[in-house]
Amino acid sequence: MDDPGPEGRFGEFGGRYIPESLVPACLELEKAFRTAWSDPAYRKRLDDLLRDYAGRPTPVTDAARLSEALGVRVMLKREDLTHTGSHKINNVLGQGLLTLEMGKTRMVAETGAGQHGVASATAAALFGLECVVYMGEVDTERQALNVFRMQLLGAEVRPVRSGSRTLKDAVNEALRDWVATVETTHYCLGSVMGPHPYPWLVRELQSVVGNEAREQCRILLGGADPDLVVACVGGGSNAAGTFAGFVGTGAALVGVEAAGGSAIGHGIPGVLHGMRSYLLQDEWGQILEAESISAGLDYPGIGPEHAYLAARGRARYTSASDAEVLDALQLLSRTEGIIPALEPAHALAWLVGATRRGEVEAGSTVLLTLSGRGDKDAETVMGLLS
Amino acid sequence: MTGVAVESHLRAVRESGRKILVTYVTGGLGPGWVDVLEAMVAAGADLVEIGIPYSDPVMDGPTIQEASSRALAQGANPASILDALAGAQVAVPLVAMAYYNVVFRAGHARFARMLTDAGVTGAILPDLPLEESAGWEADASAAGVAPVLLAAPVTPDERLAEICRRSHGFVYGVNLMGVTGERASVAASAGVLAKRLKALTDKPVIMGFGISDPAQAVAAAEEADGVVVASALMRQLLDGADPDEVGDSVQAIRRALDG
Repeated sequence: MDDPGPEGRFGEFGGRYIPESLVPACLELEKAFRTAWSDPAYRKRLDDLLRDYAGRPTPVTDAARLSEALGVRVMLKREDLTHTGSHKINNVLGQGLLTLEMGKTRMVAETGAGQHGVASATAAALFGLECVVYMGEVDTERQALNVFRMQLLGAEVRPVRSGSRTLKDAVNEALRDWVATVETTHYCLGSVMGPHPYPWLVRELQSVVGNEAREQCRILLGGADPDLVVACVGGGSNAAGTFAGFVGTGAALVGVEAAGGSAIGHGIPGVLHGMRSYLLQDEWGQILEAESISAGLDYPGIGPEHAYLAARGRARYTSASDAEVLDALQLLSRTEGIIPALEPAHALAWLVGATRRGEVEAGSTVLLTLSGRGDKDAETVMGLLS
Repeated sequence: MTGVAVESHLRAVRESGRKILVTYVTGGLGPGWVDVLEAMVAAGADLVEIGIPYSDPVMDGPTIQEASSRALAQGANPASILDALAGAQVAVPLVAMAYYNVVFRAGHARFARMLTDAGVTGAILPDLPLEESAGWEADASAAGVAPVLLAAPVTPDERLAEICRRSHGFVYGVNLMGVTGERASVAASAGVLAKRLKALTDKPVIMGFGISDPAQAVAAAEEADGVVVASALMRQLLDGADPDEVGDSVQAIRRALDG
C-alpha cells in the first residue's frame, strides 16, 4: 500500500481536516515518523520491543478442525497471543517511542472495547509517560474489567458522557484534550483513521501483522499465497496491517464490519475526525450512531485507505450480524480451543456464512487475522448466551 | 433577507473608533432563538455568528456542545435555521459557524447559496485548515459568502501570513489553545496573537474563545479590532434566560468596550 504523500490522500479519501490549533502538531508528528521510520536505530528499538516485550512474531495456526467444519483451509494469524492480548500493542509501542522522540511526556488515547486503551496504558507504563484514556460511558460499563486493567497500569480513565457515549465520542474528547495540551501531549490514536499522518502511520506500524503472515503462509502453503485474506474492520487497523502484507499478492481481501456499523455498506462520503471517508450520516451530515455487541467495532466511519481500497475494488467490505458472530465465536472455541474477541469473531462469522452460501470455493486457502482474545468479552457473551 | 457585507461593515465600525463586538447564537436553540439574535443586535452587537449545530463539535466545550445537541434534539437543521432567518430584522452582517461535514454533505455551492438566500454573508468552518479549504474559499466567494479563516497561537509566521491573505470578512484569532467555553481570565496568548495578526493585515482582527464577561472583553480587545462572546451568552440561554436578559448581557459588554 502506498505512501499517501504530504497531503495524506488515498485517492479522494484521507486528508487533514482539523482545527488550525492542531495543524502544527500533525505536521510535527508526520516529520518525526518519516524520520524515525527510515532510521535503523528506531526500527531496531521497535523490533526489539516487538520481539522481547510483545512476543512477536505471533504464530499462524493451521486450524484443522475448523477447516474440516468449513470445507476450506483456515489459517489463523494469532494476534490474540501478543502481550495485552490484541494487535493494538504493535501500534502503541511505535507511537510510544515517537512520543519520546518528540520530547513529549504525556499521551492521550481513545478506546472502544478497551484494547487500545489497555495497550496505550501499557506503553505509557513501559516508557514512563503520563496517560489519559477517554472511553465512552457505555463502553466503561460493558468493558469494566478493561477499565480496571488500565487503572492498574497507572492510566487515568475518563468516561465520556457526550453524544452516543461510545468510541466516536471518545475520539472527540481526546481531540478536545489534545487541542489544549498539544505542547506536552501526544495523541496516541488507535486505528487507521483520523487526520494525516495517522491512517498511514498506524497502517505502517501494523504492517508487521501482514508481513509476518505472508511469510508464514508461504511456509504452510509451499511457497503459495492464500486465496483469501479476511479481517474485521472497525476503524480498520488490524485489517490494514494484514492487507499491507497481501495487497501485492493475488489474494482476495475481505474486510468485515459489524452490521450495525457498516460504513462502507451504508455510509456516504463525508468528513469526521480529521479524515474524509465513508460515514454513517443523515441527509444534513449529522453523524449517526453505530450499534454493535462489539464495542471495538462501534464506529460510524472507516479508515480512509479502506474507503480507497473499496472504491478501486482491491478489497471487498461486508458485514456480519450479532447473531452470526455469537455462533462463530462458539464454533472457534469448540473446534480449536481458542476463544476469540467479539471483533475478530465478525471476520470468522462472515467466513462461516460465505462457505455455507458457496461464496468461497471448497478447498480454498484462507488467512484470517484473529486480532484479539476473548477474555474481555466473556461477561458480555455470557449475558448474550444466557 | 438581504445580507450585509461583512468586511465593509466591520471596517466602518473600526473607523468610527469603536471596538467590534461579535456575538453568537446557536441556530434552532428553542423557538425564540431569532428573538435572541434580534436582542443581541439591538443591544449593540456588530455581527452575529449563527451556529449550525453539529453532532460532533470537536472545537467546542461543554456549553456549545449542550446548545448544539439540544437544538438537534429539537429538530434543527441548516434549512430550518436559515428559513427562520428570513423574517429577522437586523442591519448587521450574519456569519454562519459550521463544521465542515455539514457543508460537504450539502455541497459547497448549494450550502453557500442557502446562506446568501437567508442573508448570511460569511462562514467560519473551524475544522477546515488552509490545506483543505481552497475549494470552499473559491465556491463561497463566488456565491458572495466571505470565508473567514481562523488563526491559532501556535500558527507559525508564514502560515499566519497565508491565513491573513486568504481570510475574507475578518481574521478570527483563537485566543487560546483549547476549545470554546467560559474561562476565569483571558489567556496571555490572546494579546500576543492579536499583535502578530495586526502586524500582518489591515483586515479586521477579531479574537474569540474563552471571553466570558465585560472586563475580559475589554482585555481581549486591547490589541485587536474586536472580540467574540459566545459560550457565556449560550450558558445564560441554556439556564433559562429570555432574549431580553441575554440582550442586557450584550449591552453590558458593549458599554465596557465603548469605555
